[in-house]
Order: sequence, then C-alpha cells, then structure tokens
Amino acid sequence: MSDLLGILFVLTGIAFFAAGSIGVLRLPDLHSRLHALTKADNLGLGLLCAGLAIIDGGALNAVKLFLVWVLVLAASATAAHLIAQQALRQADK
Amino acid sequence: MMAVQLWQLLDLLLAGLTLGLGWAAVSGPDLRRSVVFFIAFGLLVAVVWARLRAPDLALAEAAIGAGLSGALLLSALRDEPDAETSDDVRGGPVAALVSLAGLALAAAFAWVMIHTLGAADPVRLADQITAQLPNSGVGNPVTAVLLNFRAYDTLLELAVLLAAVLGILALGPARTPYRAAGPLLDGLIRWLVPLLILTAGYLLWAGAHAPGGAFQAGAMLAAAAVMLRLGGHTIAGLPRPPMQRILLTAGIAAFVLVGVITTGLGLAFLQYPGGWSGGLILLIEAAATLAIATTLALAYIGGRPAGWVSEGSADTTTKIGGRD
Amino acid sequence: MTTTTQILLASTALLLLTLGMGLARAMIGPSLQDRMLSVQLLGTGGVAVLLLLSPLLAIPALVDVALVLALLAAVAAAALTRREVDDV
Repeated sequence: MSDLLGILFVLTGIAFFAAGSIGVLRLPDLHSRLHALTKADNLGLGLLCAGLAIIDGGALNAVKLFLVWVLVLAASATAAHLIAQQALRQADK
Repeated sequence: MMAVQLWQLLDLLLAGLTLGLGWAAVSGPDLRRSVVFFIAFGLLVAVVWARLRAPDLALAEAAIGAGLSGALLLSALRDEPDAETSDDVRGGPVAALVSLAGLALAAAFAWVMIHTLGAADPVRLADQITAQLPNSGVGNPVTAVLLNFRAYDTLLELAVLLAAVLGILALGPARTPYRAAGPLLDGLIRWLVPLLILTAGYLLWAGAHAPGGAFQAGAMLAAAAVMLRLGGHTIAGLPRPPMQRILLTAGIAAFVLVGVITTGLGLAFLQYPGGWSGGLILLIEAAATLAIATTLALAYIGGRPAGWVSEGSADTTTKIGGRD
Repeated sequence: MTTTTQILLASTALLLLTLGMGLARAMIGPSLQDRMLSVQLLGTGGVAVLLLLSPLLAIPALVDVALVLALLAAVAAAALTRREVDDV
C-alpha cells in the first residue's frame, strides 16, 4: 500500500521534529541548539511533505508541498544564521 | 483512540498553547521578550484559525498578526533600547482593575456563547449566504460578504485605515532608517521580496474563488515593504509621495466611483448591475490591495517619508519648540 | 474514519505536543536569541501542522496558508534580528 509508505514518512518526520525539540531543550549552548533545530526541522518537514504527497497522490499538490519545503529550508537556514550572528554581536559588546 | 477524542486532544493542546503564549507575552518586565512571545502567539493563532475552518482568517492572521504587528512593535521598541515596564505599573491597582475588567468581559462573553450556541433553533447566516452565493459574482463566500453583500462596511473599514495612517503621518517625520544590509540579509531580501509580491498577486486573484482577498494581499505587499526597509532601502519600495497619496485613497476612490456610477444607473449605491459583479469586485479589490499595502507600509515607516511635504511649504512640526 | 486519517490526526496531536515542549525553551531563555530560536521552531512546526490539517479537514487552501506562514516567519525573523546598532 502506498498509504503505508506515506504514513511511515510522516511518522519519521514527526520523530525528527521531536528530536529537534529535544535538542533545543537539552543542548547546552545557543549555537548547538540552533544547529539541532534547523537540521532536524528541515529533514522533519521534508519527510512530512514527502509522506503527505504520497498519501494524497495528486501531482499539483506534490509540487506545492515540495515548494513549501524548499521555501522553509531557505528561510529557516537564513534565520538561524541571522540569530547566530546577532548572538555573536551581543557577546562581543 | 477514537477520532472524536483525538480532535478534542488536538483542540485542547492548541487552546493550552495559545493561552500559555498569551500569558507569557504579557508577563515579565522585558518588553523585547514580550514581543517575541507576541509573534509566536500570532503564528499559533493562525494555526487555530485554520483548525476552525477559516483559511481566510488564517491568511490574514499570519500576515498581519504575526509578521506586521511584530515588526511594528519592534520598531516602536527601537526608541527605548532597554525597555522595561515600570514597577509601579506592574502589580499595582491599575493592573488589578484591568484584570477584573478582563475577567468580567470574559464572563459576559462566555454567557453569550453558551446561550447562543446552545439555542434550540438557530438562524444560520451561512445558509442564507450560500443561497445567495451564485448571485454574488464570486465563489468564495467570505469575498462575497466583504465585497458584495456588505460592501459598504468594507468601504468604511478602508476609511478607518486611511484615518489611522493620516494620524501617523501627522505625528512627524519617518523613523530612523536602517543601514544597508549585510550579504546574509541582502540575500534573503533578494528572493523573499519578489516571492511576497508574487504571493500577494496570487491571493488577490484567488480571492474570488478560494481563500484570499484584498486585505491578505495588501498585508503581504506591506510585509515586502517591511523587508525592504529592514534591509536599508529607506523608501521601502514605495513610489514618490504624490503617487503615495493617490495609492492611499485608491481603495476608497474605487468604491465611491463604482457606487456613484451604480447610483447614476438607477440602482442603489454599490448595487452591482447583473453580470458585472465579478469584474467590479476584482477591480475594487485590486485598488484596495494597493491602498492597504501603502497604508500599512507608511504605518511601519512611522511618519512622513522624505519628500512628503513639497519644497516651498513650511514643515512646522520641527519648529514648534522654537516658536515664541 | 480510515486508519490513515486516524494516524494523521494522532501525528498532528503529537506534533503539537512536541512544539509545546520546544516552547519551554522560550520560557527558560536565558538569552533573547534562545527565545527567538524557539519562535523559529514554532514557525516551522506551524507550517507542518497546517500541512497535516489540510487533508484532515479537506481544505486544500491550507497549503497556501502554510506557504504564507513560512514567508511571514522569515519576515519576523529578519525583524527580530535587526537591532539599534544597525541604524544609519
């Protein structure tokens, strides 16, 4: 069943989100938290989008989901860098 | 677990998170911290609207509540770098009074909700709207209500926005601009601003048959202006002040023009002639989008941009202190 | 309700729980940037929740809302990280 594969992807995606949240809570330093956050969330969202695309089956929807994922990749990577740069500037003051 | 319990769990989580974020936004002395929580609150409320089957509201909340309001609050905080709410406001008699008033309001609201939602034979407006939808010229019921059935209300809303921005413009010149962005922020702006403008156009077009519309599209354009301003482009993508004035009044002008023409044709004010509804609605929405975008962008800029007052006339606000 | 829909529903609830966990960092801090990164998590997580709600509520437009949310979260991040030192 293709639904089974889709569900598997979705659940793995959620697991990566959970890993990201745990990383944000447990890691000792802002920069390591940022690293965990962006890596886990981008992969989590990617797997989630892949799973939903498989479950839904439509081509247009799959393209839309892929675009949303690429957008979030670019935006969250830039945001993480911006936050890290600001933290470094604060530390230098 | 059964489906109903799962939905209830989901709703409980959403409600709990919303309340928690809302409380966190107003607690604590550090105002920057409060703004961060406020932005998070806005993002979450957008999800709540989606859960409540209101995608139009979710779009508006994401654009205005999360993005623009957050940027406006941060812009206000720029003037006070170490802003904290003063101790005599926190926990004093004023806070107690406000809390009591809030509780009373919540109790009244709950009473109204219980009585209306539990009513025996309610009259649902949604049924009436759905019945009239084919006559409205659009397929999206929200757009039909805003731009056709209650078009007069939307005209007055645009007038309220205009009054607000006139107030802001009367306060003084624009806020201090930012310096030019570094490569990172510049790179973000280069793809984000075109994408925001494109999405605004899409939302305006799609508003006729899918969630979207003038307010959402205008807010997206304003977000693009905010991004440009943050990156050091002082004019934030706006045209020159004479054009800004035209754009500010474009929405109201379109509405009034259409209304006057329909009155001249013998119909009521803003009663669209048969078959023309769809086209007229799109026209008015396009004008309203530009008006809303310019209004919100000028509100973010915080005052009169450079060149607002023409060369010959005197700008008296800066001279008030020096007059005798 | 099909099994797939039930699992998607459970996943959404789980995801919200995870986001709540991540927001604990926003409460604790200690620095402002820690709270900002928590908001980033909520932004990406919010996009994920919207994408899951789209098939669950049968509202295809929620994918558009997810797109808009992602864009505006980027705008919010840019606004948060520009400080007074960046004045002209």
